[in-house]
Amino acid sequence: MGTEATPRLELKSITKRFPGVLANDQVSFSVQPGEIHALLGENGAGKSTLVKMIYGIMQPDGGEIRWNGERIVVANPKAARKLGIGMVFQHFSLFEAMTVLENIALGMDAKIPARELEARIKEVMTQYGLKLEPHRIVSTLSVGERQRIEIVRALLLNPKLLIMDEPTSVLTPQEVEQLFIVLRQLASEGCSILYISHKLHEIKALCHTATILRGGKLVDTCNPSVETSRSMAEKMIGGNLKTIEKAEGRTVGREKLIVNRLNMPARSHFGVSLKDITFTVREGEIFGIAGVAGNGQNALLLALSGETLTDDPGAITVDGAQLGRLTAKQRRLAGVSSVPEERNGHAAVPEFTLADNSVLTARDRLGMVKVGLIDHKAARTYAGEVISTFAVKALGPGSTAGSLSGGNLQKYIMGREIMQNPAVLVVSQPTWGVDAGAAAAIHQALVDLAAAGSAIVVISQDLDELLSLCDTLAVINEGRLSPSMKVADADIEEIGLLMGGVHGDPAATANLHPELAHAHQA
Amino acid sequence: MSTEFIIAAIVTIVGLTTPILLAALGELVVEKAGVLNLGVEGMMLMGAICGFGATVSTFNPWIGILGAAAGGALSSMLFAVLVLELNSNQVATGLALTIFGTGLSSLMGLSYVGFIAPVFGSIFPASLASDPYLKVIFGYSPIVYFALAMVPIVAWFLKSTRAGMILRAVGENDLSAHSIGYSVKGVRYAAIAFGGAMAGIGGAYFSMVITPMWAEKMTAGRGWIALALVVFAGWRAGRLLVGAYFFGILMALELYAKAAGFSFLPSQFWAAMPYLMTVVALSVISMRDRSGGNAPACLGKPFLPST
Repeated sequence: MGTEATPRLELKSITKRFPGVLANDQVSFSVQPGEIHALLGENGAGKSTLVKMIYGIMQPDGGEIRWNGERIVVANPKAARKLGIGMVFQHFSLFEAMTVLENIALGMDAKIPARELEARIKEVMTQYGLKLEPHRIVSTLSVGERQRIEIVRALLLNPKLLIMDEPTSVLTPQEVEQLFIVLRQLASEGCSILYISHKLHEIKALCHTATILRGGKLVDTCNPSVETSRSMAEKMIGGNLKTIEKAEGRTVGREKLIVNRLNMPARSHFGVSLKDITFTVREGEIFGIAGVAGNGQNALLLALSGETLTDDPGAITVDGAQLGRLTAKQRRLAGVSSVPEERNGHAAVPEFTLADNSVLTARDRLGMVKVGLIDHKAARTYAGEVISTFAVKALGPGSTAGSLSGGNLQKYIMGREIMQNPAVLVVSQPTWGVDAGAAAAIHQALVDLAAAGSAIVVISQDLDELLSLCDTLAVINEGRLSPSMKVADADIEEIGLLMGGVHGDPAATANLHPELAHAHQA
Repeated sequence: MSTEFIIAAIVTIVGLTTPILLAALGELVVEKAGVLNLGVEGMMLMGAICGFGATVSTFNPWIGILGAAAGGALSSMLFAVLVLELNSNQVATGLALTIFGTGLSSLMGLSYVGFIAPVFGSIFPASLASDPYLKVIFGYSPIVYFALAMVPIVAWFLKSTRAGMILRAVGENDLSAHSIGYSVKGVRYAAIAFGGAMAGIGGAYFSMVITPMWAEKMTAGRGWIALALVVFAGWRAGRLLVGAYFFGILMALELYAKAAGFSFLPSQFWAAMPYLMTVVALSVISMRDRSGGNAPACLGKPFLPST
């Protein structure tokens, strides 16, 4: 990659203005053929806007884009694809009610007969080890499988530049490694890759160059192999990064949440049923549940939160009280709070204000409803406290949830539950799509809550998060939970095997590590 | 029950079914593109008067049917501009289109009251079309065969053609379709125009075939049944055909009950049957599938791209 070579892509002083915000301010960098180039930055730093302009979804207000040395105007995504620019979006642009094949066909500009396209898809899938069933309806697929559609769709176009927005967040370590092999293979074939990620060690492992954005401005272009994760993170958030402060040698208390042989039939034909889920979380313990998307995590969260009820009241107990047949409201009163994966529409109502959203889960525990009337003052006060305590970037309690960025809304939702001091907190994907600064704040809040004696269950597909955050870990696969293991003793290879290596063979999962089960009982 | 009676009943049912089948097929395509056009009744009336006027003026029912399609499509464009360009509320705009179409068709029809339009000849030899038995197959207006042919054509278009796939994609996730680079507005304009043309032809069946005369509000609420039929059929063309005939039979029951003078139930009960069945069918469907069946995900929502 000599600097004298003509860059594949060159951005010169790209500027993009939105009402009230300068999303990109004079951003310039270049990507060489065969280079894997990281684009780093917090949410709102302007990465998405920048790649949208490269992909032709938006037009820059100033500056120029050069492609192989020639100045170009990317009028629309079709023009981008014609140039050889492919993109895998962070928020999948998929059509739920349509098949995998139709979804891929829609992304192709050339009219390829369905049979020929299917053959080409299978070819790409075997070449890169991406498993997909072309005739499945997308709404029945897991997040991980949906992402594979996007990747296959982009690869079918034989791109010269592939833009990948947070591609690894839903993959197992083995799958990540496999994806990296694919990306390195593509790069060695001359394809440039623009790789957006928050996972700094991935960038160190994969990328040749990293461009760091902060507040719409380019902060630095550096070589990630000589930088440390910490130094890059600090450039990204513009300050010193706090590490999670865990009190050393702290002990966990008595058993708080006991889930014993929790069974739940699948909610739909394609859903996952829960089979004999058994685990124990002690006071002050953070219990992690790892697993690839679509292995029963959602069903487990719904069963613990009380959105679906079990037939066996004793399947879930907190301090000996049987919760299995209690509703979500009754469980909240009993001290069990939960944060589902989907921020907008499940954890919060986007059209409601933050204050009104706080009423939804805190009304009973914090007395926000009196004689059937909402105490707006109490709700506003509480929302204001959450906003200031968790440094949520919002105009105030009157802002609508939908007006917040993903990371800020997540901080608000986590704060809303944590500040109710629940005895048990169940969270799913606490830092999904959240930038490093906000993720650190959320992690710290969870650690602090545990230190105060709460039992915490964290369901996440981000294994690094679980390894750094949790005391104990178990892996969910096809609705079955592996025996628990101490994080300190955990081996990432073994976890990876549990997550996906023995997929579809529950007996093998159960028998893989009998010593772990033994260790847990001891 | 004599064979003659059965043949007469079938002919009646086919006649009652054809207009709602046409209008519902059009609305199916519109809704698959993510647009809810409640103006079907108004577009049917506009098609009825335009088709009638064009036939009377040219003495050619074939030109008349083109006029009906144009009348329906043009009135639907009014809805399309409001909904797609100004992002007006689709439900309110659709209702307004029905009111507007009802009024304008009455006004346009003032000068046609009392006229009788020339009707279609049969497209089959008279020996077949007039045969007392074979007329059950060959004795209908060309519009009937057109409507029946459109069922597999619409089904094939939506399922197997690229254009149909893009149309479904626009109805399923307009923002994604836009980000891939498809013209959401263009697809929706085309779908709305098609829906308008089909509703117009359906309306013209009243003024050009059933009674070759013009009368105010002659479609008598059938546009609403067509709308319910789309939901009843779960947005599938094949089921639409079955559903349309189911409603056709219910409407025929009303006529026969009246004619036979059934006294144990008032005739109003039979008249209310199709509407009652609409409510029952919709309730049954929504109970069976809590996720709302396979309604297009963007149905009725305005398209608001971020750029």
